[in-house]
Amino acid sequence: MSKRAKRYSVRMAGIGGQGVVTASHVLSNGVIIDKGESTMVPFFGSEKRMAPVESYVRISEDAIYEIGEIIYPNVIVIFHTQVITHGKSYTMPFYTGLKENGVVIINSETVLELQADEEKELRDMNAQVYHIPASQLAIDFAGTELATNMAMVGAISAILGMPGPEAIEKSIRERFIGKGIVTSGGTAALDNVIEKKFAKKAVLVEKNNDVAKAARAFVVEKGWDRWFAEGRQTTSVN
Amino acid sequence: MSEEVKESTEPHVRKDDPRSHVLSDPASKPEDIEEKKGAAAQRVVDPDYLFLEAPREKEFITGSEAAKESIRRANVDIAIAYPITPQSETMQQVGYLYAEGYIRDYYRGEEEIGVMSAVAGASRAGVRVLTATAGPGLMRGIEAIAAWPGGRLPSVLLVMCRVVNAPLAIQPDNVEISYLLNAGGIVLHGENQQDFYDYPLIAFMVSEKPEVSLPAAVAVDGFFVTHARNWVSMPAEDLKLPMRDCYHEAVPMMDNENPPIRIARDAPIQKSNFISYQMHAAWQQEIWAAQERSKKWLSRWLRGLIEVVNPKAKTMIVASGSAVSQSREAVRQATERGLDVGLIKIKSIRPFPTQELNEALDHAEKIVVPEFNYIGWLSKELKAAIDRTDRVFAGPRVYGGMTMPTEMIIDAITNSK
Repeated sequence: MSKRAKRYSVRMAGIGGQGVVTASHVLSNGVIIDKGESTMVPFFGSEKRMAPVESYVRISEDAIYEIGEIIYPNVIVIFHTQVITHGKSYTMPFYTGLKENGVVIINSETVLELQADEEKELRDMNAQVYHIPASQLAIDFAGTELATNMAMVGAISAILGMPGPEAIEKSIRERFIGKGIVTSGGTAALDNVIEKKFAKKAVLVEKNNDVAKAARAFVVEKGWDRWFAEGRQTTSVN
Repeated sequence: MSEEVKESTEPHVRKDDPRSHVLSDPASKPEDIEEKKGAAAQRVVDPDYLFLEAPREKEFITGSEAAKESIRRANVDIAIAYPITPQSETMQQVGYLYAEGYIRDYYRGEEEIGVMSAVAGASRAGVRVLTATAGPGLMRGIEAIAAWPGGRLPSVLLVMCRVVNAPLAIQPDNVEISYLLNAGGIVLHGENQQDFYDYPLIAFMVSEKPEVSLPAAVAVDGFFVTHARNWVSMPAEDLKLPMRDCYHEAVPMMDNENPPIRIARDAPIQKSNFISYQMHAAWQQEIWAAQERSKKWLSRWLRGLIEVVNPKAKTMIVASGSAVSQSREAVRQATERGLDVGLIKIKSIRPFPTQELNEALDHAEKIVVPEFNYIGWLSKELKAAIDRTDRVFAGPRVYGGMTMPTEMIIDAITNSK
């Protein structure tokens, strides 16, 4: 099979309040911690709950020059089914631009029924469509749906084979303890809410990491981590 | 404000004195070392040292954080701003700097015309002033902004570009830079987070040079730079620029009997005669002459007004801002395909690097100008500056806030006009 892809482009789509931007920071920083190259950029309109949010992460072994939104992703991550069912997306249909042999991972406990033509297009481009109960994993392992984004980070990193679990844990720690990251007013307010749910920030980090690990285990159990590892993914030039 | 300021163009680390670049050091009194923290612990160093010589370390941060680190080292007296997306995050970071004592005052203006007028007042009072805005905020403040150069008011304006025209959006589109081109001030266009660290510091120093004495704007494309993470290499945070030396500038501060304040008080409009025409003409000529004089300092500290990649290539891309990053990737892809393509990054839009571009493009057979705006202001500027303009392919362009797929640049390179 072809050699390992030079670079991966990950497009994350969700809705306001789910932590899509935070997830992209954690994933991107995890790659950096693992000595890879990565950049990320968020995209959203006026900040409000339930409004469309996208964030883009570029991962590479070499220098990354491009900026801006990812038009041709290898992986599309859907944080909420409304992205698909309500068109809460910057691209319609949600898989627009997906590269051949790409992966779509959707946060849903059940298999989402798509339109017949959408099913066909995804089949024609040999896309792998996975469903993961990320919100349920968040409730089971952290006791709050607010950790859904950490489940998605765990799942993506398992599918891509990078960054590793230690790097993800360190990245989560850096997000919540120490220097932190620049956040918008809305995210800062949600940070206050989530911090109140846990007695200590250390517990918050631990629970978030538990969710990420659970999602990783889910992906491995399903065998979804083999797709990229076996090099079936089209080598990405951009 | 007791730092000692020295002006020199000599090399800054002398062999006989390895600390010769340090102009003022709070640690020189050993008894103070324990107490000094934050801004009070910073050493004032020569700009040449900070920009060109000081050892740097890399950090993976957002553009807003890069700007914060720049302002931390800029010895700013007052920051004045009104929030607008995508500028808000940066000015929030600057607010933290105020809380930490790195900025002496922070004023949240009423709205942008108030902000930009307050900037004029602060600069006229002789202090180092920072402001920032984006899109519609820039439009609202532009009356006052256009009056700054005539007032010979040094300052730095950060512009986080976004859509200005209806239908409104908050995504990056740099049409707003075109509104600054004829105002008279210096306009730098940064490509990435690294530039958003480097350019504001350089802008302050150039802006305050006696032979320049002009406001400087540092524009970057919003979100793609401000909200995105990338590598930024920076010197230690305990270094800072010398304070503004308002007593040795081109015009006296707050002197009602001398220009430029005298002109504001006794405006030429009040006595329209040949003297007022003459005065206005001379004043305008002087503003644009000052722009020319700024080239010397900008070239030195930006390491050239332009950057050239693959200088001998027959097809050259000319770009500024985010379009440069996309073009770097396009050059990489084109080279893989065996195409002969080069790239010129324009760092300074005002002053425009006319001579540098003519030299770098003399051999070019085709010139592609990708832009993140509908009107194509950069291709117009370029065509006005070079000869044989039939070589210029004025595109591709994206607008309304989307990024430019590198495929569009490759198409423009490979397709005949």
